Amino acid sequence: MSADDRESRSAPSAMYTAFLRRVRIRRRLILVCQALALLAFVLVWEIAPRAHWVNPMLTSYPSAIWPAFVEMIGAEDNNILFHTWITLVETVVGFAISMVMGVAIAMALWWWEFLYRVVDPFMVVANALPKIALVPIFYIWLGDEASIYAMAVAIALFITILMVYSGFRESDPNKIKLIRTFGASKAQILRKVVLPGNVPVMIAALKINVGLALVGVIVGEFQAAKAGLGHLIIYGSQIFAMNLVMTAITILAVISTVMYLIILYVENRVMQHRQ
Amino acid sequence: MAQADGTTPKVELRDIHLRYFTLEGETEAVRGLSLRVRPGEFVGIVGQSGCGKSTLLSLIAGILEPTAGEVLVDGRPVRGPSPVCGYMLQQDYLFEWRSILQNVLIGPEIQGLEMARARDRALELLRRYGLGEFTEHYPHQLSGGMRQRAALARTLCTEPDILLLDEPFSALDFQTRLALADEVGEILRREGKTVILVTHDISEAVSMADRVVVMSKRPGFVKAEHEIRFADAGAGRPTPFEARNKPEFRDYFNQIWGELEIHVGG
Repeated sequence: MSADDRESRSAPSAMYTAFLRRVRIRRRLILVCQALALLAFVLVWEIAPRAHWVNPMLTSYPSAIWPAFVEMIGAEDNNILFHTWITLVETVVGFAISMVMGVAIAMALWWWEFLYRVVDPFMVVANALPKIALVPIFYIWLGDEASIYAMAVAIALFITILMVYSGFRESDPNKIKLIRTFGASKAQILRKVVLPGNVPVMIAALKINVGLALVGVIVGEFQAAKAGLGHLIIYGSQIFAMNLVMTAITILAVISTVMYLIILYVENRVMQHRQ
Repeated sequence: MAQADGTTPKVELRDIHLRYFTLEGETEAVRGLSLRVRPGEFVGIVGQSGCGKSTLLSLIAGILEPTAGEVLVDGRPVRGPSPVCGYMLQQDYLFEWRSILQNVLIGPEIQGLEMARARDRALELLRRYGLGEFTEHYPHQLSGGMRQRAALARTLCTEPDILLLDEPFSALDFQTRLALADEVGEILRREGKTVILVTHDISEAVSMADRVVVMSKRPGFVKAEHEIRFADAGAGRPTPFEARNKPEFRDYFNQIWGELEIHVGG
């Protein structure tokens, strides 16, 4: 143990304690401001329609969402839990498929550099193409259920491949040289350096993909679905039930938050020892 | 090829030529380089940056093939990496996602050695190099000198006969560098390893090696060789630190300095 380490473990000085307290106070202040911002948003949303600054028919208001939500939990048709479940499953499945496929394809491209050179321009175009334009085609080709998964994968896949592949390619050449001097095969280089070295890149891709898969699912549901939150939003706006629409959107916000928190947790676990 | 004293050289380079090709052009890195290293010898190779001295180690390690010429280890031509050679790079390149012990075990893992035995050996090496308490730590928790000692343990864990050191101390601060050079020099001599140390630091080479080989500017070939002998060294060789204070040290240094033709800004 070096001397520096010992010193930082002995009793902290008064100045250091004060420093820590300032950091803590600042952190709490940020949290309080965030809570206030959220509260202000909800208040304005509540007050503006009630005071008739805006038409309540167009915006609904927060206090109407909870009753609508409670009512829809018990409902026979348009049961909100059922719709949420459908969307959730579609998102998680679409997200998992695009992650697994994306990493697998990136591995193949790393293995055969020639293949990468060949498909590179096509992938860049596929990534830039607005996938939403494909929704009607997917619906015609794949029907109402598969087209939703296809949409989620189409939106998330190409960016995953591009991100993960570029991470693979930038693997530290010295680490590769090091294990080559031990006689490592190409498969060992992949397994021992390229894959573990790119866990941070894969987590970054994970973060982006959760959002993208959700976008794909909702857009797919707009067109194709008989169920799901996307279907509910379209249905609600057609019959002008803003409570319904706003409830569905609020649930989407909650889903996004929860998925983000899960990934944040995974990231903290995995990144513990990486600088 | 048998030598005059009848022993096969541990490492032999015969008339090596090496060319690189890129779209920008063709580079002749090595031209007609020959070198023999006796078993148990500590050879220092000095040369200016870009003279192909690191390339030499890659050739011996079998991760690079010469355009022409032959590389022999233990009298047999090199055909790819072999467990006989251990390579130490300029930085430790410890994997940040592995604990120190797991890092040391990467070699045995790749070579498919028996892991229980390798583990015992790794723990023993780490203990000997003062890292016994840090086996479950991660690289970022260690100082530069400790990390380089862990890298040495990683290199020695596969029990190579030949050590190829590519400026292994260049990333360290001066004090750590001197201390570690002493330590590593002693460890390698005690274990009877054949060592080839590549460096641009003349004093490092003179203080550590039995023989210093001076390489020309690119395209590289052997320009001069010096057997390093210290008159009043007694039975053994002085440690690198002691060697730096010997009267012969400065003579060797000046002579090699002259041969390197270093021109600042040139």
